Amino acid sequence: MRTLARTAAALVAVTTFAGTAACSPPEKESAGSGTAAATATSAADLGGMDALVAAAKKEGELNVIALPPDWANYGEIIKAFGTKYGIKVNSAQPDASSQDEINAADQLKGQDKAPDVFDLGSAVATANVAKFAPYKTATWAEIPDALKDANGTWTNDYGGYMSIGYDAGKVPAPSGVADLLKPEYKGKVALNGDPTQAGAAFAGVMMASLGSGGSADDIAPGVDFFAKLKKAGNFLPVDPTPATVESGQTPVVIDWDYLNVAQGTKLKGKLDWKTLVPANAVLGSFYVQAVSKDAPHPAAARLWQEFLYSDEGQNLWLKGGARPVRADAMQKAGTIDAAAFAALPKVDGTPVFQTEAQTTKAKEYLAANWAKAIG
Amino acid sequence: MATVSDRPDPPAAKPRVRAGSLLGTVPFLAYVAVFLIIPTLVVVVGAFAGDGGFTWSNVAALGEGYILDAFARSVALSAVTAAIGAVLGAVLAYALVTARPGGPLRRVVTAASGVLAQFGGVTLAFAFIATIGLSGFVTVFLRDHLGIDLYAGGVWLFELPGLALVYTYFQVPLMVIVFLPALDGIRPQWREATESLGGSTWQYWTRVAGPLLAPAFLGSALLLFANAFSAYATAAALVSQGNPIVPLQIRGALTSEVVLGQQNLGKAMALGMVVVVAVVMTGYTLLQRRTARWLG
Repeated sequence: MRTLARTAAALVAVTTFAGTAACSPPEKESAGSGTAAATATSAADLGGMDALVAAAKKEGELNVIALPPDWANYGEIIKAFGTKYGIKVNSAQPDASSQDEINAADQLKGQDKAPDVFDLGSAVATANVAKFAPYKTATWAEIPDALKDANGTWTNDYGGYMSIGYDAGKVPAPSGVADLLKPEYKGKVALNGDPTQAGAAFAGVMMASLGSGGSADDIAPGVDFFAKLKKAGNFLPVDPTPATVESGQTPVVIDWDYLNVAQGTKLKGKLDWKTLVPANAVLGSFYVQAVSKDAPHPAAARLWQEFLYSDEGQNLWLKGGARPVRADAMQKAGTIDAAAFAALPKVDGTPVFQTEAQTTKAKEYLAANWAKAIG
Repeated sequence: MATVSDRPDPPAAKPRVRAGSLLGTVPFLAYVAVFLIIPTLVVVVGAFAGDGGFTWSNVAALGEGYILDAFARSVALSAVTAAIGAVLGAVLAYALVTARPGGPLRRVVTAASGVLAQFGGVTLAFAFIATIGLSGFVTVFLRDHLGIDLYAGGVWLFELPGLALVYTYFQVPLMVIVFLPALDGIRPQWREATESLGGSTWQYWTRVAGPLLAPAFLGSALLLFANAFSAYATAAALVSQGNPIVPLQIRGALTSEVVLGQQNLGKAMALGMVVVVAVVMTGYTLLQRRTARWLG
C-alpha cells in the first residue's frame, strides 16, 4: 500500500514462514470464529450499536496492518479509537504494501495475530474480495453508489489526487508536470516508490501521462516522461521519506496530495513544503476498506468500521489531508471540519478516476516498459 | 548475506554407530530442516505450481527479457565485485603474510576483516548513504570546499555502480579471511629452493607459487561471487527504482501491489538463483579439494 517495506531478508522471512508453518503448534481456535459478530453484516444484526460496542470491548483488541502513523492521519485515528472504546489497537508493519496485508492474512489465518481489517489499494482489493466479510456501517447509505460494493463487501474510505510536493525554498514553483524537465530540477524529482510495485508511484506515472498528452487509457506518455526526466538527470531514484524531505535530499516528491499536505504540516517552520495538483492532470483514487473474513476480533473489526465512517473518523482523515468518502453528505449536513476542508489543495480540471480495465491495461504496459525506460 | 561452508569429506564408516551419538545432531538437523531444506522445497515446489497444479509457465517466464536482463546484471555485478575484491583482498592478504605472524598489524587487520566481511545489509547501505549520499558529510564537504560534485553525472550511488562500490566494501575483507590460510601454506623453503636452483622472483611466482595458489585464489573468488550474488538487504536498502538485480526482482514479485499474482514467478527466479549458486559452489568445492592436496 505504501512505500515498500524494507525489512531485510523479506524473502527469507516469506520462505521460512512457509516452512515454520508446517511445524507450528496446533492452532488456537481464535476467539472470534463462531461468534455472532463474525457474521454480522451491520450493527443491527447484533442488536444495535451498544451491543456491538460491548462485544468489541469484550474482545479488547484490534489488529490493524500497514497503517503508517503519518499516512492520512492514521496515528491519531488509532489513538482516538483506542481511547474512545478502551480497545488495544495492535498496529503491525506500518510500512507494508497492500499485497503484504493479504499475505499476512493468509499466513496468520486462524491465529489471534491475524489482521482484523484491511486498507487496500483497489487492485489488490479487487483480486481478494473472497477474503472480505460484508459489513454496512450506520452511515452506509450516505456513501455514493460508485464508491462501494452493493453488498457492503468493500467500501471506499478516503482518497486524494496525485500531486507534486516541492520545497519552495529550494526549487521554483512548477506550474505543471512538464516543468519538472527544466534544468532547475536537476537531480531533485523523486517518485514515491517503484511504479511496478507501489500503487502511489503507479498513479504518479499515470498523472505524468495525463499531463503529457496521455489519457486514462494510455500510460505510455507518462513512461516516456520519466524516461526524459531520467535522461535530463532530473529523476532521483531515491525513495522519499519524511527524513529525506526534511534533510533536503528529495526537494520534489510526486505522491498523493494528502501525503504531501501532511508533510507540509509536519515541517511547518522548518521548510516551506507546498503541494500542487497539476491543472488538467488530476488523477484521483480511493483506497478500499474491508473487514477480514477470518478476523480474530470480529466485533472490534466492525466497530472500527463504524468509527471510521462516523463523522469523527471521517474528519480525522480530513485532518490528515485525505478526502473522506462521505465528504459531500457531511458538507450538506454541516458536520464537516470546514477549516480542514478549505485547506485541501485546489483542484483545477476534471478529476480522472481510472476504471479497472484501464488500470489493468496501464499496468501491463508499465510492467513491460518501466525498467527499460529508466534502466 | 549467505555464508557458505564447504562440506568436509564424509568420515570413514565406523563399524558400529551408537544411536546415542546421533542424538547430539538432532538440534542441528532440525535447524537445517527448518531454515534450509523446507524453504528450498517451498521454492522448488512453488516454481512449478500454478492455479491448476503443475505448470511450466513460471519457469518459462524466466525467459522474459526483463528477467534475463536482471540475471545478466546480477551475474555481472557479482563477477565484477568478486574480481575486484579477490585482487585487492589477495594483495592485502599477502601484505599480512609478510608481516610478523603474531604481530599487531596482522592481528588488527584479520580482526577487522572478520567484522567487515559480515558488515553487510541495511547498516552498510546507510553507512554509505550517510557518508557519500546526497547529503552525506563527504559529499557536502567536497561540494562546499573543493567544488567537486560527486553526482554531476547522475545519482549513481542508488544504481548499479553504487551497488558495485558497496559490495566491494565487504568483498575485500571476506577475501582476506578465506585466502589467508592458503598464503600461510606457502613455505619459505620453496622460495629458497627456487633461488638456490637459479630461479628468479618472476619464475618463482609464475612456476611455483602461482600454480599452487591458483586453485585457492579461484575458489575464493567463486565464494565471493556467490556471496555477492545472494546479497539482498544491501541492495534493497539502496535501490528503490527499477529492481536491477534478481533478488530485487524477487522482492517485487512477492510484494508488488501493482502487478499481482507473481508469487510463483518469484519462486521460479529464486530457483534460478539456487541453480547458479549450486554451480558456483560445486566449482568452489572442487577447487578447495585441489588446494587441500598442496597446502593442507
